[in-house]
Amino acid sequence: MARMPVQFRLNGSDRAVFVEPAETLLGTIRRGLGDFAPKFGCGQGTCGVCTVLVDGEPRLGCLTLSVTCEGRSIETASGLADGPTLHPLQVAFMEHFAAQCGFCTPGMLMAAKALLDRNPDPTRVEVVEAIAGNICRCTGYEPIINAILAAAQQRGARRA
Amino acid sequence: MPVNVRIVQGLQEAAEILASDRGAQLLGGGTLLVRDLNEGVMTEGTLLRAVDPVLLAINTGGARIELGAGVTMAMVLANRDLSYLHAPARGIGGPAVRTTATIGGNLFAATPYGDFTTALLALDAVVTLHAGIGGARMMPLEEMLANRARGGVGLVASVGFNRPGGADAFRFLKVARVRPKGISVLSIAAHLPQNAGRISGARIAYGAMGPTPLRAKAVERVLEGRSLDATTIAAAKTAALEGTMPGTDAIASEWYRREVLPVHLGRLLAGETS
Repeated sequence: MARMPVQFRLNGSDRAVFVEPAETLLGTIRRGLGDFAPKFGCGQGTCGVCTVLVDGEPRLGCLTLSVTCEGRSIETASGLADGPTLHPLQVAFMEHFAAQCGFCTPGMLMAAKALLDRNPDPTRVEVVEAIAGNICRCTGYEPIINAILAAAQQRGARRA
Repeated sequence: MPVNVRIVQGLQEAAEILASDRGAQLLGGGTLLVRDLNEGVMTEGTLLRAVDPVLLAINTGGARIELGAGVTMAMVLANRDLSYLHAPARGIGGPAVRTTATIGGNLFAATPYGDFTTALLALDAVVTLHAGIGGARMMPLEEMLANRARGGVGLVASVGFNRPGGADAFRFLKVARVRPKGISVLSIAAHLPQNAGRISGARIAYGAMGPTPLRAKAVERVLEGRSLDATTIAAAKTAALEGTMPGTDAIASEWYRREVLPVHLGRLLAGETS
């Protein structure tokens, strides 16, 4: 089967790749472009570890075909930090012990970023809803929820 | 032969390919078909991606609502005119699923999925189909679901239904063991139009109580022409299980679904659900 050309922006950089017709975005990002932040978990859309942002919306890399991403802007957890300066969400996750094994963390961060980008001052219920598609087997979720709320507070304080 | 992907512009072209190639399937958001790819269930054939803007159209201007089959759950949630459908849309997966999961895809989701279809069934929805020849034709959703099991229903272009009358006329309940995101034990949708305090033209639909979402016609008959009081609700609960064929899966047993359905139906009719 002939490979197909696809162009999109990945964390602000233009990328052009040839993909198998039925290749997932997760496979292209990891194997084709070497960004190993999004993980492969269930492959069913259940666990959320492959969550990336496509034009600012949370998407599951394992269920998104690369050929449907032509011209789109893709964000992964690799693009959160600005050089040595961590994103406020990354700082909050660190300070609130929101990562243990860390496997869910890239997906959690992107789900949280999608929330805060459209709702800078979420309630606790809204945070829970935003990460409802992301499974964590270590933390019990409370440190993650607290970290996202803390990041929102910090961003609000910086805006004030 | 590995799986191929074809991108087509028009619905008619997509319908013709679907009609002529038994190995072709229409790709919506991918939450069902790409999962099949990942699991090795689909190893050959063609995925058709139709990019016709008709698929993304939302028409809520009049009493008749028309939603393109490619409209996602996130698009439904973003539309204030569709607030009565927000509960079933929010019941589909997490946020990253809802940005891709489509109305058209939900019509083909195997039980216990397909909660949005349950809501559409209670709204007496009609689907617009393209079957490859002869252009578009309309089919009641109930009939389409019956045909789904036999395959070859054609390409669903859109879903239409009348706007429910009144804020309390349409109710939806999804029962899941995990909140806020969990697979359905069952779901219930109820359209309860009232005329002078009495129900007229009730439509009740269940999800996960059969191979496809199904109408609870015995309950509808009980409700017809009566006020929604304790006596009516008790009678509806008695008739709740008629025509159901629940299965056993990892979420719930057939026995459990039968046990809890009348309880939840009673709560929904009494307005005791949040």
